[in-house]
Amino acid sequence: MKVIVIGGGLAGLLSVIKAAEAGAEVEAFSLVPFKRSHSLCAQGGINAALNTKGENDSIQQHFEDTIVGGDFLANQTPVKGLVEAAPGLIYAFDRMGVMFNRTPEGFIDLRLFGGVKNRRTAFAGATTGQQLLYALDEQVRKWIAAGKVKEYIGWEFLSAVIDDEGICRGITAQDLNSMEIHAFRADAVILATGGEGMIYGKSTNSVICTGSAAGAVYQQGVPFANGEFVQFHPTAMPGDDKLRLMSEASRGEGGRIWTYKDGKPWYFLEEWYPAYGNLVPRDIASRAIYKVCVEMGLGIDGKNQVYLDLTHKDPEFLEVRLGGIMEIYRNFYGEDPVKVPMKIFPAPHYFMGGMYVDWNHMTNIPGLFAAGECDYMYHGANRLGANSLLSAAYSGYICGPNAIKYIKGMQKSAADTPQSIFDRELARQTEITQSIYNMDGTENPYIIHEEMGETMITDVGVVRYEKNLLRADEKLQELTERYKNIGINDTGRWANDVMPFVRQLWNMLQLARVITLGAYNRKESRGSHYMPDYPERNDDQWLKTTKAYWTESGPRFEYEDVDVSLLKPRARKYD
Amino acid sequence: MPDSIHLKIKRQNGSRDLPRWEEFKVPYKPNMNVLSVLMEIRKNPVNVNGEKTTPVVWDCSCLEEVCGACTMVINGNVRQACSALIDKLPQPITLQPLSKFPVVRDLKVDRAVLFEHLKKVKAWVNIDGTFDLGPGPRVPERERRWMYEISRCMTCGCCYEACPNFNSRSKFIGPAPLAQVLRFNKHPIGAMTQEERMETIMGEGGITDCGNAQNCIEACPKKIPLTTAIAQLNRDTTIHGIRSWFRK
Ligand SMILES: Cc1cc2nc3c(=O)[nH]c(=O)nc-3n(C[C@H](O)[C@H](O)[C@H](O)COP(=O)(O)OP(=O)(O)OC[C@H]3O[C@@H](n4cnc5c(N)ncnc54)[C@H](O)[C@@H]3O)c2cc1C
Repeated sequence: MKVIVIGGGLAGLLSVIKAAEAGAEVEAFSLVPFKRSHSLCAQGGINAALNTKGENDSIQQHFEDTIVGGDFLANQTPVKGLVEAAPGLIYAFDRMGVMFNRTPEGFIDLRLFGGVKNRRTAFAGATTGQQLLYALDEQVRKWIAAGKVKEYIGWEFLSAVIDDEGICRGITAQDLNSMEIHAFRADAVILATGGEGMIYGKSTNSVICTGSAAGAVYQQGVPFANGEFVQFHPTAMPGDDKLRLMSEASRGEGGRIWTYKDGKPWYFLEEWYPAYGNLVPRDIASRAIYKVCVEMGLGIDGKNQVYLDLTHKDPEFLEVRLGGIMEIYRNFYGEDPVKVPMKIFPAPHYFMGGMYVDWNHMTNIPGLFAAGECDYMYHGANRLGANSLLSAAYSGYICGPNAIKYIKGMQKSAADTPQSIFDRELARQTEITQSIYNMDGTENPYIIHEEMGETMITDVGVVRYEKNLLRADEKLQELTERYKNIGINDTGRWANDVMPFVRQLWNMLQLARVITLGAYNRKESRGSHYMPDYPERNDDQWLKTTKAYWTESGPRFEYEDVDVSLLKPRARKYD
Repeated sequence: MPDSIHLKIKRQNGSRDLPRWEEFKVPYKPNMNVLSVLMEIRKNPVNVNGEKTTPVVWDCSCLEEVCGACTMVINGNVRQACSALIDKLPQPITLQPLSKFPVVRDLKVDRAVLFEHLKKVKAWVNIDGTFDLGPGPRVPERERRWMYEISRCMTCGCCYEACPNFNSRSKFIGPAPLAQVLRFNKHPIGAMTQEERMETIMGEGGITDCGNAQNCIEACPKKIPLTTAIAQLNRDTTIHGIRSWFRK
């Protein structure tokens, strides 16, 4: 049994471990050493109804909060599996040595997050993702030392190798130092390649989060689901190179959002949403901040920014529970959040959409699986804070065993697949690569990327007007034309950074259109997708999963009913 | 405010290639950092003499000083480039790759050895499997805090760059893995296999290769108490030595 896993974030590493535990031979590919994967940026925490704070929290409550938070667009049966497995997952992480903050009795402490009323979020200071990722990285290292897992660090996945029956038999990948491209055989391939923040140019994501891998298999026939649902996190630091996140945990621990109105502090979230206050779900908080700044013109210093204020809290408390993010703010802004309120504005943050998979996390191509932020499964139209470390971990946790089950039922293994199938895909990728090396036009790829990001942020952002979405799609088509006139500036065959970027840019442009046209088509407002032209949720027509299929002339859309078998859709209210 | 930013970058095409210096001037904008300047250069890769050149190659990922990827030597100091704010750096700003690891290209180096050393010292808790066995051990918050400090190590390589006892020919496993050994030895489950870890640091390249220069703690961007950890580990190795002598 041979399994290939692409990605060294939480989803990828748990897939690796589970497959290795089941006795498979595993090859793990990642752009960066696993330990530098984007999961480490996660700050606030991970949800599980551990109910250790005497608040009668329950799995059922976690389920309902997740479904309502996602505005009923998530399939309910898989979400049930997610929340049920959560406590066990946290305990496994705990045994691996994750330094979760503790109660005075030495139990795992929990804090409050958005869109919920019970404390449910386990955390390790304000670097929870880092601590979870490191624990998995350590466990995988143990498997590598034992010779059961082989790592390919600094390799980029390019495509799935698909045989004439439409079954996935392996991958092609490029070594980013030698620039050589190789094909690899596997009985099952798991993509755990994370989100695609770079499509928005600047976001809270790491710069390696391009979504390129998902974009590549989308062009090979895997539908991309719910692309239009993009979460803007309400509280990020405005910045030139990156929009650095200030975790929702800061509000969970008592932080307040405000701006000046009539010369006095105005706590608009607390006023508008008295029941949840500063901890309304992210889509709602982001729209409120957008309204205050853009529509009412009440941003601090006349700019698009409001205050996130922690100055009323005890400095030591802040250091122990939020140290990691306080450090980021100090290092990058030069001001101390203990003493002065932080300035923040919404930023692209998380992609609820992703590769379409069945409930076993297999795509429509047999043998090709997807797990983690790159799938679409658990968050519907809006993700609740601290639910995605959970879904990344959980999907990896079940994807590994599902892949093994699939392999055991296979009729023919990858070893029996003729070499010509691999050579064919290798030739295709070599040709794409060569054509990029040959690009000698006048356009700079990084400038095309920048323009794409600006278009996506302004026209496909927190508030989406029909006419702006059309304008955005026109712009994307213009950029696609200009793409063909790129000059690559570096034709070196050793550690060339530009060549892979140009390939990623193409894949990003494909997904940008999926997002934009998916948004244009969806004539309603639901979760993160807000259209002033259609301000209400419309269950009659749009309680549906979007599935985009790649065609030469742009995405083709199909829609599929959502599983609402466990909780009847109801109005979503937080005031 | 200057109207441009002056950079001198040490460039090299692979570890066998001879390094050369190339200078750039980039229009000044407020709040820039070294990485955002490098990103500007690749949008228009022209050097200070007006010659077209290739974009500079470097590693980066998170841009918020948690991933450790963009570590390099900036104005002579080893640090992460993302948090090196232009407004705080005297110009011209010199950028060099880490000197103790093989150069891949320009500012990108091969730090695989860092992870090899973590493997060597068995820096993990040896759990039986990821299945659900119920809650782990209770841990006092006080203990948790210092273990957490050590577990924030990003494996960036700053402490190696600063350590006079580590170089490409030495066998010394370096400061960071030693601190990890201490942390795993003190973890309630990790402690059960502490002997195995101790064996790995008692031999060649182990803890006795630390010359106590104390440079590591100065260089660590996360202020991990490396020297305290190594001192503690030194005491523990003595006890371990006595114990294993008794068992003979
Ligand atoms: C700033 C920030 C804070 C967050 N805080 C929280 C939080 O507090 N709680 C929470 O629940 N969620 C949080 N999230 C979301 C959460 O971190 C992510 O959704 C989650 O970590 C994704 O994990 P993953 O394993 O799917 O992907 P990632 O961790 O992104 O890993 C992707 C992996 O795929 C590899 N890869 C990608 N493309 C290729 C390719 N073509 N070839 C080879 N390898 C490839 C990469 O190298 C990487 O190893 C936060 C996100 C951000 C941006």
